[in-house]
Amino acid sequence: MNRLKASKLDLLIYVGPALLLLLGIVYIPIVQTGYFGLMEWNGIGEKTFVGLENYLALLKDSKFWGSAYHSLILAVASIISLIFYLTISFVLASRIKGANLLRKIYLIPMLLASVAIAQLWMKIYNPSNGMLNIFLMKLGIENPPAWLGDANLALYAIIVPTIWQYAGFYILIYYAALKNVPESLVEAARIDGASPFHIALKIKLPLIMNVVKVTIVLAAVGSLKYFDLIYIMTGGGPSGSSEVMASYMYNTAFNKFDFGYGSAIGFFLLVICLVATFIIQRLSIADKDLY
Amino acid sequence: MQRIGKALLYVVLIGIAIIQLFPIYWLTLFSLKNNYEIFNLSPLALPQELRFENYIKVWTEGNIATYFFNSIFYTVSAVILTIVLASMVTFAITRLQWRGHKIVLGLFMLGLMIPIHSTLIPLFNTYTTIGLINHPLSLILSYTAFNMPITIMILLGFYEALSHEIEEAAIIDGASIHHIFFRITLPMTAPVIATASIINMIYNWNEFVFVNTFISSDELKTLTVGIQNFIGQYSTDWGAIGATLMFSIIPILLIFLILSDRIVEGIAAGSVKG
Repeated sequence: MNRLKASKLDLLIYVGPALLLLLGIVYIPIVQTGYFGLMEWNGIGEKTFVGLENYLALLKDSKFWGSAYHSLILAVASIISLIFYLTISFVLASRIKGANLLRKIYLIPMLLASVAIAQLWMKIYNPSNGMLNIFLMKLGIENPPAWLGDANLALYAIIVPTIWQYAGFYILIYYAALKNVPESLVEAARIDGASPFHIALKIKLPLIMNVVKVTIVLAAVGSLKYFDLIYIMTGGGPSGSSEVMASYMYNTAFNKFDFGYGSAIGFFLLVICLVATFIIQRLSIADKDLY
Repeated sequence: MQRIGKALLYVVLIGIAIIQLFPIYWLTLFSLKNNYEIFNLSPLALPQELRFENYIKVWTEGNIATYFFNSIFYTVSAVILTIVLASMVTFAITRLQWRGHKIVLGLFMLGLMIPIHSTLIPLFNTYTTIGLINHPLSLILSYTAFNMPITIMILLGFYEALSHEIEEAAIIDGASIHHIFFRITLPMTAPVIATASIINMIYNWNEFVFVNTFISSDELKTLTVGIQNFIGQYSTDWGAIGATLMFSIIPILLIFLILSDRIVEGIAAGSVKG
């Protein structure tokens, strides 16, 4: 290492502004969120200290646990869809012509604003004029469901666009990882008579396992933070059936003006995200020792 | 037999490509139709004539033009600020000698895992107190802070691969650290700056929660939030809604057509932000 000598002033100039923004806009607010959770506060008036009341109420709040459960369903669905993305990546990476173009096309939904994606899929799901129900009625189904208006279906109807939206992202990551697998290993296995399926499962998959683990963290934490599509498409409804932790926090604070309770939810969300990251990373370190 | 297998694979892969593109194709179709065509004819029928009047109508009647220019202003300001600050920190972390560079890097990387929702209430409160609610700075500063970790992550690999020899030669010639950073290192990182800028741009252009929370004045809203409210007024005019959405999509699609390799590279490099 031949690092350049720097004075204190140099460091202040180069590190100071960015660090100040990070502390001021990311780290100090998360501490404040925990602190505001101890208050009763409507966002405008005085804060009243109520101790752990909000946090204790949260533990008994069935709406909160419902939203946590919905977040969990989202996380499980997105982790399961990783298998589907991985399969496509294996096919794409197996010397297929046009693979580059295809993976770029797959990426396009991820570039679109969540507002546009939400509006687009709301139009597709529209009970009377939506493309989906027009299609179902043509197939002879007389009373197709209301999708986003149906408490039993709303959450699952939102999962479909999320799988659609992120497909290109994960395929891109897996594809890049698979392209890094040394050709010599694959060649050697082929000479030994291994089938393509066998090579994929026994040679390539273990070699990209680290990338797979990173994507599992991404999918899980991303799902726990999930907000935009749900807030726009259903607002958490009908009757809380698609409420997730982030939308419950937002609705509580900014629509019901219960900022103290909203802060408690926000703090819980933070803790859950960090714990989930930690657990999944621990699991992957434990796994690594097996090889 | 192998041929049939390969043909089948292609059918599946192309099928997925169609599914990925189809909703956008459908949106384009209905942005060019009127309500009669949308509700009475097949959803897949081509428009009877290309009705660009939807586009003209939403551009001139609503605030779409204002939202559009706001989006450009916030996006560009935040991208410039983020790139400059992130480049300086990355330079300090990878090239300067000081204790604590690992801790600072750790702080930025942990920032990747923090949900913005957990900061929303205090930020709203602080911005209200210091008068930044309904102010462009609330967005520009928030975008910069939250995009800093991912930007540093993209820059980091590039900086680490840069040779130290040029810097050492410059030091021998008597150049100051600032001279080295601004005249030598920063220009050398132009390719990765381009990649990081595009990724930042896409995130900022599409951002929803911060605008929805910090901005209430119509004059200051961005396309994403403006569109959302605008659609409320036009909830029955699907052609107008389609045209409005197209305004938010077209810039990104154009950039993707021109710079897709850089975008793919940037997303792969910064794959931690899902």
